[in-house]
Amino acid sequence: MRLRILIIDEDPARAKALEASLAAAGYEPVGLAGPKDDLLAKVQDLSPDLIIVDMESPTRDALEDMRRITADRPRPIVMFVDHSDQETIGEAMRAGISAYVTDGLNPSHVKPILDVAVAQFAEFQKLRQELEQAKLDLSDRKIVERAKGILMTTRNLPEEQAHRLMQKLAMDQNQRIVDVARSILTLAQVLKSDR
Amino acid sequence: MQIAFDSLETRSVTLGFIPLLDCAPLIIARDKGFFRHNGLDVLLMRESSWSSLRDRVALRVLDGGHMLQAMPLAATAGLGGLSVPMVTACVLNLGSNGITVSTDLWQAMRATDPHVGDSAQAAASALARHVRDRRAREMAPLTFAITFPYSSHNYELRFWLAAGGLDPDRDVRFVVVPPQQMLSHLTAGRIDGYCVAAPWNALAAVQGVGRVVAIKQDLWENAPEKVFGVTRDWAERNPNTHRAVVRALIEACAWLDDPAHHGEAAALLAQPGVVNAPAALIAALLGGRVFAEFDAPPRQVPDFIVFHRYAANFPWRSQMYWTLTQMRRAGQIAGDVDLHGLAASVVAADTYRAVAAELGLPAPTIDDKTEGTHANEWTLRQATRPIAMGSDRLLGGGVFDPSLDAEEASPRASATPRSQKENS
Repeated sequence: MRLRILIIDEDPARAKALEASLAAAGYEPVGLAGPKDDLLAKVQDLSPDLIIVDMESPTRDALEDMRRITADRPRPIVMFVDHSDQETIGEAMRAGISAYVTDGLNPSHVKPILDVAVAQFAEFQKLRQELEQAKLDLSDRKIVERAKGILMTTRNLPEEQAHRLMQKLAMDQNQRIVDVARSILTLAQVLKSDR
Repeated sequence: MQIAFDSLETRSVTLGFIPLLDCAPLIIARDKGFFRHNGLDVLLMRESSWSSLRDRVALRVLDGGHMLQAMPLAATAGLGGLSVPMVTACVLNLGSNGITVSTDLWQAMRATDPHVGDSAQAAASALARHVRDRRAREMAPLTFAITFPYSSHNYELRFWLAAGGLDPDRDVRFVVVPPQQMLSHLTAGRIDGYCVAAPWNALAAVQGVGRVVAIKQDLWENAPEKVFGVTRDWAERNPNTHRAVVRALIEACAWLDDPAHHGEAAALLAQPGVVNAPAALIAALLGGRVFAEFDAPPRQVPDFIVFHRYAANFPWRSQMYWTLTQMRRAGQIAGDVDLHGLAASVVAADTYRAVAAELGLPAPTIDDKTEGTHANEWTLRQATRPIAMGSDRLLGGGVFDPSLDAEEASPRASATPRSQKENS
């Protein structure tokens, strides 16, 4: 069974890379959608069996609504991946992706596709980190490492998650990662002197 | 106030929020030190969609967060996502939503009635006349945007449309659009109107791209909006930390209700990492100056957004039940689900009462109240001490009686034939 897959990602490079690896794994990516596309029209035209979407995409809330919008159509509607398989969902979510599948689709068909997507997202994340790492000079890198260490001990996070948390904070606050690291170090000092 | 920090199961708490004015209690609890004074080290994460916030709470990436009031209900019932029981011990605010239409649609509505601007009811009736006129001329249905299927925005928009005599399921099209994109969709003509929380209605008015036709206060006075939600599992494993978070949030809410703090609150909320909107506009909204029309003075609505007074933070079981009756009416929840039981299962009223006792605040001793029965301020006597409450009128003058079953409990805003699209 060739599952039809739609990829929604605001990062066109990552979407292309994922499309290529899914095709290489023998699946049928039927399209890419970006922030400017009419999502509903695309879903109705392509009728994908599975939609892979960037966790950070604001379009996720619109996907949640498609069950109602397409209720009068003969095809089953997109929904969150099989309710029982929390482990797969958790793994995908940590990698930064979310998946919507048609009602009744066998979870065993979905899992290998998600595995490809998770691997692709992780690879992309790694490339990005390497690029960012190369940009930081040595002293900045020390500050980032120290802040990461604080996050790892105080919040009990594995290294990778601590790093991702700092990246997310940097993105949210429109700051460089080293600035976020400085804030974390400052805050840690202040809190320490408080106690 | 002395708190036994040693009893906290954990001091580290990670909470999510969506960039809206009503995330204020979380931001203020962090920035004004209420979390810290309660022994907590709280990290706030800005989320880009309600789905993402819900999933991250469900899978424990987040411990809890700023939620739509319907979200703990939908998550517990397994609607639209993972089925994860959630609870709320604290309402974050009353009011703050609004319905905006494009300037083109506003002109068309005004053509049917020069007094369309007088009230939310007049606007709803004018819209209904315009929609019938469009249908007679075989024009495409109007498109209205909401932010999430399981949201007060969805139910309030439906309530307002019904008040004019329209059937929300047949007479208009609904789409979901993230709050931050509402204005650009309206400007581009992809949608004709929307229902969303502050500041996205006032922003359309001051920029001259939309006319605010109703605010939440016009539809249901002093009605609950966002809540603080966590999974039931997290609440059971961290009862003391849960109480400490709720305590900090209630303290932040009390701080926010003081007009002397509105300027400072607006500056903190306006930042790019938070709501990312002009501070002056946020300060105006906090002060009840509600912009509805371009180049016109704002409406004065003192209770536009209420964070603490009128026992605002108490999680009324009956108000959860109200939302379930609206979900059933929208065909979102099956006929065999026990709505009273579901409402009771998501409300942690005793956690609220314990925190109120610690803070020396009065708390209701009952779980349910009627709506639509108080035209003015009134006093709640079924409480540890009498509490001054706000008016609770419903558009159309109906009464909500939570003791009745879902079919009868909540009034319809008009006498239109109801939709047959129930999901059973």
